[in-house]
Amino acid sequence: MEFERPLAELEDKLASLKRVDLTDQPELAAEIAELEAEIGRIRETLYTGLTPWERVQIARHPERPKTDDYLASLFTDVVELHGDRLFGDDEAMFAGFGTLRGRRVAVLGHRKGKNTHENVRRNFGSSHPEGFRKAERLMHLADRFGLPIVTFLDTAGAYPGIEDEDRGQALAIAGCLAALSRVRVPVVVTAIGEGGSGGALAIGFGDRLIMLENAYYSVISPEMCATILHKDARRANEASACLQLTAADLLRRGLADEVVPEPLGGAHTDPPAVIEAIGDALDAALVSLAGISREALVVARYERLRAIGEFTGE
Amino acid sequence: MPISDWFKAREQRRYTAPTTTVSVADVPDGVWVRCEGCKRTLYMGDLERSEMVCPSCGKHHDITAPERLALLIDEGTFAEMDADLSSGDPLDFTSGKAYADQVVAAQERTGLPEAIVTGTASIGGHRVVIGVMDFRFIGASMGSAVGEKIARAFEMAATLRHPLVMVTASGGARMQEGMLSLMQMAKTSAAAARLAEMRVPYVAVLTNPTMGGVTASFATLADVIIAEPGALIGFAGPRLVEQTIRKSLPKGFQTAEALLEHGMIDMVVDRRELASTLALVLGYLQPGDE
Repeated sequence: MEFERPLAELEDKLASLKRVDLTDQPELAAEIAELEAEIGRIRETLYTGLTPWERVQIARHPERPKTDDYLASLFTDVVELHGDRLFGDDEAMFAGFGTLRGRRVAVLGHRKGKNTHENVRRNFGSSHPEGFRKAERLMHLADRFGLPIVTFLDTAGAYPGIEDEDRGQALAIAGCLAALSRVRVPVVVTAIGEGGSGGALAIGFGDRLIMLENAYYSVISPEMCATILHKDARRANEASACLQLTAADLLRRGLADEVVPEPLGGAHTDPPAVIEAIGDALDAALVSLAGISREALVVARYERLRAIGEFTGE
Repeated sequence: MPISDWFKAREQRRYTAPTTTVSVADVPDGVWVRCEGCKRTLYMGDLERSEMVCPSCGKHHDITAPERLALLIDEGTFAEMDADLSSGDPLDFTSGKAYADQVVAAQERTGLPEAIVTGTASIGGHRVVIGVMDFRFIGASMGSAVGEKIARAFEMAATLRHPLVMVTASGGARMQEGMLSLMQMAKTSAAAARLAEMRVPYVAVLTNPTMGGVTASFATLADVIIAEPGALIGFAGPRLVEQTIRKSLPKGFQTAEALLEHGMIDMVVDRRELASTLALVLGYLQPGDE
C-alpha cells in the first residue's frame, strides 16, 4: 500500500543486509540492530492514528481475510446453497448454513476471490441481482426454520452493469432490505472489509453490527464522492475523512455495537487471531440475542432502525 | 427569507387550488418555451393546461411537489404532516459546497423545508396518505429528515389504515449525511415491509428521475408500481454504468418503458391520466383485515 512505502524500503534494506555474511563484517551487526529498531518505531507511528483513507486501503488489502476464510475456520458442517430460482447463481454472494461453535445458523457473505481466476468468477465481490435474490431466499428460509442469520460484509458495492439494471438490481436490493427487517430470528452483521453502499446494506443491518477496526462502511465510495465533489477521484483521501466511514465513526454514532481490534498493520498480518476474535464477538452477540422472543426481535429491530437519523423539528 | 416567513408563505399557499394554472419556477406567465423533447416552441399556457406534458410529442416535463399535489389530489383535501422537519448537518460536511448552505439555498429556492412533502388527502374520493418528492431540493436525495418523513408517512398509513401513495423522484441517498443516509434505506424499507404485513396497500409512482438508494428501497417495495413515460429509473447512474462497462448504453436504457418491458413495474401512465388511474387502482386495493 502506498502509505507503507517508507517502511517497505527499510525492510528491503534490512533483508539485503541480512544476506551478508557477518563473520567478514562484524560492524554490520550493529547497523542491522539499529535498522530493526528504526523499523519498529516507524511501524508504530505508521499504524497508530491511521487516516480514514489508509484504513480504506487496508480494508481492500488483497491478503485480508475474506468471507471464505471465516467460513473455513469458524464454521463446521457448512452447506452452500445456490441460485435465485429465477435466473442464475451469483458466486459473489455466499448463502448457506453452518455450525458456529455448536450453534446452527444461516450464513450470508459477500465473496471476493483469492486470485484473479476466482475474482473473475466472483466479479470481485460485486453482486448481480441474482446474488441479492439468493440472499433474500435464505432470509426467508432462516425465518421459517428459526435459524439465526450471520452475515459477512465485504463488497465495493452492487455491480453497476447494463444487465444488472435490466434485471432489477435496485428491486433485488430493496427485497433484501424488506425481508431482513422482518425476519423473526436474530441477525448479526460483521463488517470484515469493505462496506460499499446499497450492495453492503442488503445484508448489512440487523440486531447487532460488529466491525473490524479497519473495515469501512459508507453511503458512497470515497472515489465517487470525490468525483462528485471535486470532479477528481484522486481526492478520495479527503472524501474518506468527510464521509465518516470508519468503524470508530460508526461506533460513535451508535450505528455499530462493537469494534474488534486488528493487529498492528491490519488483519492480513495475523488472520487466525482476527478470525478467532470475530468468532468470539459473533458468539457473544448470538448468546445475547438467544433468549429474545421472535416477536420482540422484530419490534426491537424496527425501533433500532427508526431511531437512526439526525434532523431538526419534531 | 427567514424560516418563519417562508413557513407563513407556504401556509398561505395551500397546495389545493388546482383551478389556478401551475406555474413553472423562474418563467413568467405567457412566455414561449422550448420543449425538451421535440424542441418545438410551445406557448407556456398550453403546456400548463396539459399538465406540463408536451401536447406535441408527449414529453413529460419535471414538475414540483406542490404542482404534483395540485394535479393529483381532490381539491381542498390536503393536510400536511411533519412540515417542520428539515435537515441538520450531522457530519459537519463542508467539502465542496458546504452542506448546511446547500440546504438553506434549496429551502429558499423551493419554499419547501425538505425534499419531500407528506400529508393526508383524497384521490378520486379515496382517503390516502401521500408523499411527493421534489427533485429541485438537492436532487431530492434521501437524508435523515427525508427518511424520517417517509417512515412517518408509512406509519400514519398503518395507523389510519389508509392506502399510501408515494410519488418519487430522487438522485438516491444523500451523500452529505454519510451512513445516516444509507441507513434511511433500511429504515424506510422496514416501514414499507411493516405496512405490507398489516395489509394496507401501497402504490408508488416513479417519476423522472428515481435512482440509487430510493429505487433500491421503499420506492420499489410497493404493491403496485406506476411510472411516468420517459422517466429515468434505476440503481446506478447511467454515466457510472457507461464508465464501468466501457460501452455506450442502449437506447432507452433505464427508462420507464424499458423497466415495463423487463417486468419490473406494473404500468406506464400518462400524467394526464394519473389521478384517474390511481383512483381506479385504489378502488381494488382496500386495506385488508387487521
